[in-house]
Order: sequence, then C-alpha cells, then structure tokens
Amino acid sequence: MTDVASRIAQTSEAGQELKPRSEVGAAELMRELGAVLRMSEVEAALLGDLPEDPDEDQTMILNMGPQHPSTHGVLRLMLELQGETVLRCKPIIGYLHTGMEKTAERLTYLQGGTNVTRMDYLSPFFNELVFSMATEELLGIDEDLPERAVWIRTLMCELNRIASHLLFLATNGMDLGAVSMMIYGWREREEVLRFFQKVTGLRMNHNFIRPGGVAADLPPGWRDDVVRLMDLLPGRLDEYDTLMTGQPLWRERLQGVGTITPTEAVALGATGPVLRSTGVDWDLRRAMPYLRYPELEFDVIVGSYGDAFDRYAIRLNEIRESMRIVHQVLDRMPTGDYRIQDKKVTPPPRARIGESMEALIHHFKLFTEGFKVPEGEVYVAIESPRGELGCYLASDGSAKPYRMHIRAPSFVNIQCLPHMMRGGLVADAVAVISSVDPVLGDVDR
Amino acid sequence: MADAAEDQQAAPTSDPTREPVSELHGCPLTERRGHVVAHPTRERYVEVVKALADDGYTMCVDVTAVDFIAHPGRALPDGIDPERFEVVTNLLDLGGQRRVRLRVQVPDEDATLPSLFDVHPGTEAMEREVYDMFGITFTDHPDLTRILMPEDWEGHPLRKDYDQGMIPVQFKGVG
Repeated sequence: MTDVASRIAQTSEAGQELKPRSEVGAAELMRELGAVLRMSEVEAALLGDLPEDPDEDQTMILNMGPQHPSTHGVLRLMLELQGETVLRCKPIIGYLHTGMEKTAERLTYLQGGTNVTRMDYLSPFFNELVFSMATEELLGIDEDLPERAVWIRTLMCELNRIASHLLFLATNGMDLGAVSMMIYGWREREEVLRFFQKVTGLRMNHNFIRPGGVAADLPPGWRDDVVRLMDLLPGRLDEYDTLMTGQPLWRERLQGVGTITPTEAVALGATGPVLRSTGVDWDLRRAMPYLRYPELEFDVIVGSYGDAFDRYAIRLNEIRESMRIVHQVLDRMPTGDYRIQDKKVTPPPRARIGESMEALIHHFKLFTEGFKVPEGEVYVAIESPRGELGCYLASDGSAKPYRMHIRAPSFVNIQCLPHMMRGGLVADAVAVISSVDPVLGDVDR
Repeated sequence: MADAAEDQQAAPTSDPTREPVSELHGCPLTERRGHVVAHPTRERYVEVVKALADDGYTMCVDVTAVDFIAHPGRALPDGIDPERFEVVTNLLDLGGQRRVRLRVQVPDEDATLPSLFDVHPGTEAMEREVYDMFGITFTDHPDLTRILMPEDWEGHPLRKDYDQGMIPVQFKGVG
C-alpha cells in the first residue's frame, strides 16, 4: 500500500516532455519537423532554423494544460514559442488513462458494453455499436440481426452524431469567444439527450446497443419526439449560420488557421472531419458501408482548404445530413423484434423467467458466465463523429475477450496538432485544438 | 534480402486441415468473411508494408498487439510459428476501399520490431502505445517513450502476466 502510494506520488512525465532545442540533436529536430511533411532534407533543415527576428532570438517552452479550459479535458500541450509564434508543439496525454482495454479482458461480452460506452463519452452509441458489431462478427450472427434492431441502431447513431456535433459547435464557439453559441449548442444537445434518456434511461453511457441487437424497444411516442426534434433543429441551425458562418469575425478567426494538406492527413492517419476538410472524400458510411447505409440517401460533406473553418462547416452540415438520414429512418422503421432470438446470446424476457425453467437457466448462465464466443480475431470499423472508430477483438473461445483494442479516432487525430500549429499564433492554437474536436476519454481510454 | 526470404517461403508443406493460404508479397495470406490477413515475418515486415503502400494501402489506421502467453494454440497458416507477442497492423486503401491486416509474430526473448515511422508517420503514437502497454520496442522510432502511463511506471500493463494489483478501498461506517 505504501509502496503504491509512494510510487504514485513520484510519477513523472519527464521523458515524454518536449525537450529544449539545446538538448535535441540537429538530426532529431530535423526528423521531428520534416519527416511527416514529406520534405526534402534541405527544406526540413530550413524549417528547423529559428525564424529570423533580431529582437526575438530566444525561444520559450510553455505548458498549456493539463488544466487549461480550452484543451477539452486533460490534454497537456508543450509549446515552443518565439514571441507569440508557435514553433513546435508536443501533446502529452495519458492523464485520463484508466486501463479500459485491460478492464475489458475481465468483463464478459455482455458486460463489455458498459465499459466501451465510457470511452468516447460524447458519442457512446458508436462505441457500443462497434463493440457489438465486432462480437457479432466473431459469433457469425451479423447477418441474422432483425431489421428493426438495425434501424434502431441507425437512428440512435445518427441522433448521437447530431448531439456530438452540436457540442462541438458549442465548445468551438466558446473557445473563440462566441459565448452565446456555447449556450445554444448545449441547449439543443440537451433536447437530443432528453430523447436518449427516454429510450435508454440515461443521458450518456447508455449500454443500449448490445451484441445481438439493442437492449429495449423504442418507447411509445418515440416517433413524435423525433419529429419534434427534427422540426426544432433546422431553424436553430439557420440561427447558427447567421450567428457564425457568415460573420466576418468568425471567418477571420478560423479561415486559414490550422491548415493541413491531404498528404499530411493521410500520412498521419487522420480520419473523419479532419481528413474530409482537406478534400479527401472519405466517409466509412459511404466507402465501406455497414448497417443499412447503402440504402440511405445522404451527402458526404467535403472541404477544400483543410483549415479550421472547413472543419467547422463540415460538422455543421453533417448535422443537416444526419437529419436527412433520420427522416428516412422514420419512414422506413420496420416492425418486429429488436434483438436476435438466439437463446445463447439474448437473455429471455423477464416474464418467461417465472414460468420456464429453461429460461431461468439461460438467464442465470448468461449473466454469470456470459456466452462463449468462437476463437478468432476481427477488426471492425465505423464512422464516428470524430473519424474511424475501430474495434479489434481477439477471442480464445471463452466468454471474455482475450484482447480488446479500440482504435480511437481522437488518439490518432491529435497527432495532427503539431503540424497544424506550426508557425501559427498561440491564440490560434486554441482554435486548432477545438477544430480537431478531441475527446480525452477517447484519447486516453 | 528479398531472395533469402523467398527461399524461406519456397517450400510450404500443404496441410488440408489448416486454413487456405494464398500469398501477398511473399507472405501467407488468409481470408475469412472478407477480412484479409497477411502474416509477414519480422524481417520482411517493413518491406511488405512498403510494397503494400505502393499498391495503394497509403494509410496505416492502427497498430496494436496481443500477448498470447495464456493462449498459445491459435490458428496460423503454414510456415508461421506462433510467438508470445503478435503485432497487428491495419492498413487502409482509400482509393480501392479495401483493408489488409498484418499479423507479425514477435518473440518474448527479443521483443523488437522495426518501426513503420518512415513509411507511415502516423504510427508514431500507436507504436508508443504498444511499447507502453506491451514492452515491445520499435527500432528507429524517433521518440519511443511511454505515452499513456507515467514515465517511471514499472511493467507493461497489457501483458497477460502483469500483476493486477488492487488498492483497498475503505468505506466509512461499514463493518
């Protein structure tokens, strides 16, 4: 106990920190600056030199975070500054690491949902969906899901995308000083979360999408709630357009800030709005479809300059596309079962337990041991609001995953920060972090 | 180097009970339910990734690892000997809209693998995570430090033999 306590007291991030120029070898500095940008050695060497300014020949290393309000959680950035200009930047993460991938190895597949839903806490349905899809793929039941379960999943995910992007609009506004936008974004998001609460019982961390279907059927009156939401949002989105999109101050703060090229974005593994802002037409819903996305009509929003404004505009318009999808889901929602009728995977209904011995046994076995999943390994990816969310599952044939890994979009996307910030101002650094929209629960897991 | 590696692959003994095997850049390839998995050797790992990048797999979406110490008898194609660690790399072809997964066997006694940083710079954080969690070192990685755990943490948490300590929690007024 004392050993643990003393060790925790001494923890340090020393080796992970940004080193001053005097301690970094020339080759290392050049590599850090040039490798990702695919530059020639000459160009990279030029980058490594300090910008010429006789009054400002000193650089300063400044810590931004982990408790800075605009780092969206506990992200720590070490910035090398010359005056107001950012020369180098290094994100230091891990402050929210809670070992969720290790935890997953001790939970059954049925319990796993409660664990993964807490990773990217702004888009919990996507975490549950990707984990369930991976499990179903291992079980070999991914083709047998009832139609209604698939459409409920689509509905909840698209509403979740709306909620997540609304929160992005709110925080993006707050970071740049448009404080009223913060209130509006949170207000509209709350309307969506109210619907989630009605369906799942919780505003966040739902554990609603489970292997084999969803946890419960949609409640009576769900259609009216969704229709009311869909009637409410278009007017509000137009208000945002008036408030921000067309406003010169907003454009000045975002246009040309934090630019990234398609080559850099692909090399860095960036996905989602960050990749699409550079003009790369890549959305897993369209490119490598899952659920019933091939049957749905929607546009993939693509930017052209790769700057913070494009990323803002993409997310704003993705809300409109998600609403288009929700309208189609409303028209097409079939009747039927909401989970697969496979006794080995789905718990029996509560009413059956009192009258059927077999149902009681299945219920008991499912919730104590869980169901066994055949040996194998699988990687499944979906398009979350932040990019490619992947789940790698390796099973040894038991009732718990042998290894579960979540490919977190935020974790990969924040690697873009140093490249977006280089040469910009400290004030723009805030706009850049915000435009990548990292969720630290997703980064650190 | 390529010739030597091809000689190694030249004499596979086909066993009908095992998974069907084809080849991709000289390494065994399995396909199940649309998932394409290649099994390069450690020596040819970077070479294969480079060849795949030329084929259009320009994005490396994920690098992770599995510690198979508690589950040694897993299915692998002919010619691939199971080792303790397996590094799993997911590559994506944006133009062709296809994926390929590489599974590389890494032995316990020499847990090193060449870094992909020169081919796909985006693997920087992912390889640091694998190093942090499994203790697999990546040679030629520009900054191989822990990423999620504190710098002075002992052990690598996602190894199966990592001691899962528990900190006792005291509740006031109970028992």
